Amino acid sequence: MLSRVADSLYWMSRYVERAENVARFIDVNYNLTLGEGDGLSGQWAPLVDTTGDHEDFKKLYGEASRDNVVQFLAFDERNPNSILSCVSRARESARSVRETITSDMWEALNKFYLMVRSAARSPNRLAGAYAFCDAVRVASHTLIGITYTTMSHGEAWHFLRMGRLIERADKTSRIVDVQYYLLLPSPDDVGSSLDVVRWSALLRSTSALSMYRRVHGQITPNRVADFLILDRDFPRAMRFCVLRAQNSLDEITGARSGTFRRRSEQLFGRMRAVLDYTAIEDVIARGMHEYIDEFQTRLNEIGAAIQADFFTQGDLEPLAQSQRQS
Amino acid sequence: MTTYNSPSYDETFVAADEPRPACRSFVDRLQAIPRDELRARQHAAEVSLRNLGITFNVYGHEDGTEKVWPFDLVPRILEQSEWTRVEAGLRQRIQALNLFVDDVYNERRILADGTLPEEMILGAPTYRKQMEGFRPARSVWCHISGVDLIRHADGTIYVLEDNLRCPSGVSYVLENREVMKRTFPQVFDGTSVAPVEEYPERLLETLLDCAPPYATHPTAVVMTPGIYNSAYFEHTFLAQQMGVELVQGSDLFVDNGFVYMHTTHGPERVDVIYRRIDDDFLDPESFREDSALGVAGLIDAYRRGNVTLANAPGTGIADDKAIYSYVPQIIRYYLKEDPILENVPTFICADDKQREHVIANVQDLVVKPTNESGGYGILIGPHATQEEREACVARIRENPRNYIAQPMLNLSTVPTLAGDQLAPRHVDLRPFVLCGKEIYVMPGGLTRVALKEGSMIVNSSQGGGSKDTWVLRTSNGRASSDNHAAH
Repeated sequence: MLSRVADSLYWMSRYVERAENVARFIDVNYNLTLGEGDGLSGQWAPLVDTTGDHEDFKKLYGEASRDNVVQFLAFDERNPNSILSCVSRARESARSVRETITSDMWEALNKFYLMVRSAARSPNRLAGAYAFCDAVRVASHTLIGITYTTMSHGEAWHFLRMGRLIERADKTSRIVDVQYYLLLPSPDDVGSSLDVVRWSALLRSTSALSMYRRVHGQITPNRVADFLILDRDFPRAMRFCVLRAQNSLDEITGARSGTFRRRSEQLFGRMRAVLDYTAIEDVIARGMHEYIDEFQTRLNEIGAAIQADFFTQGDLEPLAQSQRQS
Repeated sequence: MTTYNSPSYDETFVAADEPRPACRSFVDRLQAIPRDELRARQHAAEVSLRNLGITFNVYGHEDGTEKVWPFDLVPRILEQSEWTRVEAGLRQRIQALNLFVDDVYNERRILADGTLPEEMILGAPTYRKQMEGFRPARSVWCHISGVDLIRHADGTIYVLEDNLRCPSGVSYVLENREVMKRTFPQVFDGTSVAPVEEYPERLLETLLDCAPPYATHPTAVVMTPGIYNSAYFEHTFLAQQMGVELVQGSDLFVDNGFVYMHTTHGPERVDVIYRRIDDDFLDPESFREDSALGVAGLIDAYRRGNVTLANAPGTGIADDKAIYSYVPQIIRYYLKEDPILENVPTFICADDKQREHVIANVQDLVVKPTNESGGYGILIGPHATQEEREACVARIRENPRNYIAQPMLNLSTVPTLAGDQLAPRHVDLRPFVLCGKEIYVMPGGLTRVALKEGSMIVNSSQGGGSKDTWVLRTSNGRASSDNHAAH
């Protein structure tokens, strides 16, 4: 398929996934802070850290409050990672490849966009943020379902899936990082009295609570981390995302599993192998934050390699062209 | 219904409350539907179009460039026997224009024997010197054409203009039918409407038919200037319907006289390009140097016969509005037949006598630039102010070759939902013609409607909307009255 089209598909699903994750972050924070009085107003600032946009936020709003964090993360066009911005960009990407996606997918994404845009213009948007986050999650799931059932599971589909899973792995890692830090501020706190409500909120933010219960039963910090980082079957777990994204890459290149020709294949293979042979004790020993920091660095390397292997090879041409002209 | 009175020929009614025979059963069904129900359906259709993102872009509007094109629920109905004649006329016209373009860039017989003035052709801004001595695959130049037709108050159908470069609108024909079937299924009951849905298949066939002869399994693509083009929706739509790639200039490159696209698995050869980008922007080496949209070396590859461009560069010469007035002669010259479709009488400002007539009668005439589309730059004499007329006359004197003038025509009307009422609104019609191994005319075409009362400007960029267009199939002309009897 066209490099430009693959590029747009990959980013289209990344943006949709990003929007969904931001909605999840807001949602769970609501849950955590409701009924907690004023003591937890500080709980809204870390949310901006989760998405990695704290500098932009500081410049635009200064002190964090519930309302301005929600406005910033959900509806602010000046924040490139707000739900509104992500869904607009996903739709722009989809528009540029409208012939490649199915009309059902386009219609779903277009409705998604119209819903987000009208919510962003509503004067009651902050009061209705809870319902809005729910609607965003449903719209994202609808799109994924429609994509699964209406589009051939060929190259284009695998680029979509790969983009979505890479984005999801990144976002799960961020939420684990930030929430783990908040819930267990110092290493001494490990094993201290457990705030079940908060840990289950973390699981809920990744829709993981009931699946976690089935696998691990009681909630303990290490098991929660184990589940969200290393579970093989849970679709929002980092390992699951890496496994399936690597599988999509293999489908795209036609490479036999365990072999590689491109840099992206090599990096993905390595990451997957490391995850396959890591135990949660290794992660804790390493330090949660350090472990996740490295995971994100590796994931970014993979993203850059995909860019170079599949999307930007065409960029050499215009350069050659302008040289000929001068 | 309050009294329905058309200021012109009406396509549906002979007189208030008296439908044309072919429309009778449809009108019965329409009138059985309560007005608020009709309005609800109209609303549903609009929501559906918005959700489908069926939009066009308006130039010069920074904010919200994407607009949903207004769609009116009441279809325009064409009777089979009349359509048969129109279709024959379109075939004839496109066949002749194709021969004309081929001749102009090659033997130039029509100029050599003085049938057409040479300076009219060779001096035209749409003439492409680069195409001299070139003959495309199957000698087809105009693969895809859209011919604008109007019906005057006297009931006669006239050709208003030929669009032989990048005619747009066909996607709306297909989408309008789709939306109509989704939101208003009951009006189709017991009617036989000629299908339009085979167009994408026919288009693909036309493109592949005209592939370079060496290509045994040719690859076709649609080429777009990008998402900011006013017809971008249509480009994606056609590529999707045909299952081919939609490319931009930056996706293509020329190597050793062949055209390739950048794919995730390396370069892939392209054999046929349905380009929705103007001649001037195709290739910075041959046309405009500053074109960032095109592909360097494309015209060279084209002239070597290694890639087909549809439509061929240079077809603009045949849809120039000054050449338009010669089309009846062109048809007689190449086909030795009388034209089936009427031309609108046209005054060519390049001609001294005709120009003086235009200037003296500008208040009664419609003055058009010869090389513009989308309704831009048109002066409607009877509606213009004195100042506007004077400015127009000055422009004509400055560059007479750039202008033609035609009498003011009174476009026919079709009932259209206006608030609670059905009111007559003026329409035109753009049928689409494909020319490959054979000629295919899509039944009906795009009906554009001026939604403002009394307005004759149907362009989407200037407040026009569109309607579904039905060519009613009748067996021996009896079916419509039979249906009526059944009600």
